[in-house]
Amino acid sequence: MASRPLSEIAKTIRSKNAGVDHITFDVIFAGRADYDHVRRSGVLSRAAVCRIFGIDDGRITDYVEFAPALAIKFTIRRTSPSGSPGDADIFGSQHYGPLLGIKVPGEGPDDR
Amino acid sequence: MPVSIQQRRSAEPSLRIVCPNGHLGFAPIKPGSFAIGCAAEPDLICADSGSCDVGPGPLGADVSSSPRRWQVQDLETMLLASRRLGVPMIIGSAGDTGSNSRVDLFVGIIRDLAAKHRLPKFRLGHFYSEIAKDELSRRMQTGETVAGLDGRAALDLVTLDATDRIVAVAGIHPYIKLLDAGADVIIGGRSSDCAIFAAPAIRRGFPPALAYFYGKILECASFCAEPYAAKESVLGEITMDDVKVTALLPEQRCTIASVAGHAMYERANPFYEYFLGGHIDMRDCRYEQYDERTVRITGPRYVPATELRVKLEGSGKIGERFVGVVGVRDPYTIAHIDEVIAWARRQAEEQLGPSGWELHFTVYGRNAILGELEPLKASPAHEIAIVVQAVAPTRQLAEEACMIGTRQMFYARLPAVKGTAGGIAFLLDEVMPASPAHRWTINHTLRLDDPLELFPTFLTEAGV
Repeated sequence: MASRPLSEIAKTIRSKNAGVDHITFDVIFAGRADYDHVRRSGVLSRAAVCRIFGIDDGRITDYVEFAPALAIKFTIRRTSPSGSPGDADIFGSQHYGPLLGIKVPGEGPDDR
Repeated sequence: MPVSIQQRRSAEPSLRIVCPNGHLGFAPIKPGSFAIGCAAEPDLICADSGSCDVGPGPLGADVSSSPRRWQVQDLETMLLASRRLGVPMIIGSAGDTGSNSRVDLFVGIIRDLAAKHRLPKFRLGHFYSEIAKDELSRRMQTGETVAGLDGRAALDLVTLDATDRIVAVAGIHPYIKLLDAGADVIIGGRSSDCAIFAAPAIRRGFPPALAYFYGKILECASFCAEPYAAKESVLGEITMDDVKVTALLPEQRCTIASVAGHAMYERANPFYEYFLGGHIDMRDCRYEQYDERTVRITGPRYVPATELRVKLEGSGKIGERFVGVVGVRDPYTIAHIDEVIAWARRQAEEQLGPSGWELHFTVYGRNAILGELEPLKASPAHEIAIVVQAVAPTRQLAEEACMIGTRQMFYARLPAVKGTAGGIAFLLDEVMPASPAHRWTINHTLRLDDPLELFPTFLTEAGV
């Protein structure tokens, strides 16, 4: 099956401050099959997140697969606190942009 | 109207709270769903008014981030409903920051509204949350460690000195104290969002695990419902066994996905919520669809803290600030924009000396928003904008540094540039004054002996 962008599979892809020193990312799916497929594909693994944003694993403070919400959630540390001069995303609310185009191999429900 | 709202209360004890807004004053309450909530026999009307999201400026400069008229409008909506129904109203983290001046501002607005509407006398409680720098310094000098959160080092006196204002984040305790004293309306200083809702529930004897979860799920109002629609009211009900949350806007529903999704909103980890006195562990929470618009939650656990530590938030002014904006369309210049910026910075150094000012260049169209995290920073757009921010101790110096940083990009010397009549396009041939620059200097915790020791409470009367 051809790959599809994450934006076509996930219901919600968002980022937001979690306190003044962190930005947290939530990728939420509408169905269990999509959640499991993306989880297993590895395209949103810790290592993949590090590659996408060009950061060391130490910048990721939390990485959780949260089944009740069918969500993959991870949090990264800011290099300076939110709203410091030069910070152009005070709420952390546009940092999810690079996640939208992630290529997810195969088709979720058909790929089992 | 869904069954859970239509139904009268069951025989077992319960406590119902309507939450009309997740950040009171930031954008106005939508009245329709709030009216539905008020018709559902709420025991209280509660809302949080604070957020760190607005950046360090409001706390440092001691201002609100929204116009007073919006604050008055939301407080009026809630106060009139609260007095008409005869149920308490609680506001936490007054005026965005929960500083003393913001508490006083909200208390004053409540008084004015009570007089304007000739409301019968009621008891108005408030508490403060600021801790003075001198007091924190004194505690540090007696050996108290102010521990860093989120990877920060312990607080030192230099950082404390660079701080202008500090608020401590209260737990349930001042709210319970004021409710015990008979307050009908409470204006809280900085406090945990969940404490506003947990306090009345715990005071009535509901289990802390459920009570704190109750607060956590209600505090952002309709953000726990779907489809997305902010500033709409939700109704919560707590019993000895469960928490239920119902969307009140007819077009919205609380679903397992929306409620569980909200449980992780804005926090680093979806499983733990910390507050003064402990935390809740949500790993074993169960979410059930109770009716079409209501979700029932069971299973959170309460873990009391072994040591009482209060979170502190502090902001310090860095300097006065001016802003300039320029654009670039020449592809060669865009490809060499870092050299253009370096040129402008060097001119500032030559004119102003190496320190005593800051210049920040934010390159829109390349990596303004994500900075070094931007995967596409090597492929900028066909036109870009550069926002120049200068920060310095005086307005005069900030303006001059900003003018140099902005205008000197025009004169940058790139070896192969074809356009020799100016390297950038000006949006305005001027620089603009902005609010002073601040930074979050304190995101730490302090040990307390008594959960009320930083939060003095006051009870007065309002109305006629």
